[in-house]
Amino acid sequence: MFTKKQLFTRGMLDISPHMLSVIPFGIICGAIGVELGFHPYLVYTMSFIIFGGASQIVFLQLLSGGASSLVAVASVGIINSRHLLYGAVLSEYLEKLSFLKKLLISYVVVDQGFAESNKFFKKNRNEEFLHYHLIGTGCTMWVCWQIATLSGIVLGSFVPEELGLKFAIPLTFIAIVVQDLKKLDHVIVMITCGLSSLLFFDAPFKSYVIISPIIALFVAALLLRLKK
Amino acid sequence: MTLAAIIFAGILTYFTRMTMIALINRDMLGDKIKAVLEYVPSAVFPAIIFPGIFINDFGTFIEINDPKIFGALVAVIVGYFSKNVIATIFSGLLSYWLIIFVF
Repeated sequence: MFTKKQLFTRGMLDISPHMLSVIPFGIICGAIGVELGFHPYLVYTMSFIIFGGASQIVFLQLLSGGASSLVAVASVGIINSRHLLYGAVLSEYLEKLSFLKKLLISYVVVDQGFAESNKFFKKNRNEEFLHYHLIGTGCTMWVCWQIATLSGIVLGSFVPEELGLKFAIPLTFIAIVVQDLKKLDHVIVMITCGLSSLLFFDAPFKSYVIISPIIALFVAALLLRLKK
Repeated sequence: MTLAAIIFAGILTYFTRMTMIALINRDMLGDKIKAVLEYVPSAVFPAIIFPGIFINDFGTFIEINDPKIFGALVAVIVGYFSKNVIATIFSGLLSYWLIIFVF
């Protein structure tokens, strides 16, 4: 059995390699916001209130492009709707928590934290304080994201665009799924999702982010049926 | 005005995070659904990976000789064998920069 502190630390350690891509991305996020002409306070407020990387950039780009704020808000909601899937997976491990704790822990559920904590949960199902791992990954992400976006706001256009640091984002997610390439069913699901995302990239409100996972999960359900 | 939109977007985002964790309990999901949910990482992350590689900042497809394709391939190979997140990200970025700045 791990103690709460051990689990929290383990969560921090498990997510910290991803900061290699999260921090540059956060800096870019902050810099883009200021560059698009938004007040630095507003740009930072987003990191606190929305706390969701890509959706923050899309939000500001839409508004600065003259889109209605309704469209910007809807796009953020749709991009972030993937959290519903993470929540469905995590609910199994968090069901013993009180309602209030569930409400609090939800704020720090992020892509990389979900991915790393889910891997840990699968291997350590019977631990009593599993949720401390999720708190560890989430809080690490939160602190780094606040610092990174703030630095981006301060540095502004000082961040050289030629470095193409945005490319670190697909790389961090490659690192998450790459071991599942060993399993043919997972490969099929990944390719389905990836191709769908390219096919539906121009769908309104950035809805490819949730359309393609739904298609891929349908394919997964079919594969499970075939396996039987 | 913008602040109000940010707050709405934040509330919406929080709801996407909270809904399934706080309002669903295990008995509501059948075994079949749980088996499908095993695939969530493989079904979600490629929707971030593929556009991040194959579509550029202007929303159009990249060329076949784009350095991002090479960088992603190197990252997949290094990641697969090293099982190391830092090595995966670094190898991808370095091979991408190598092509941009050296060749």
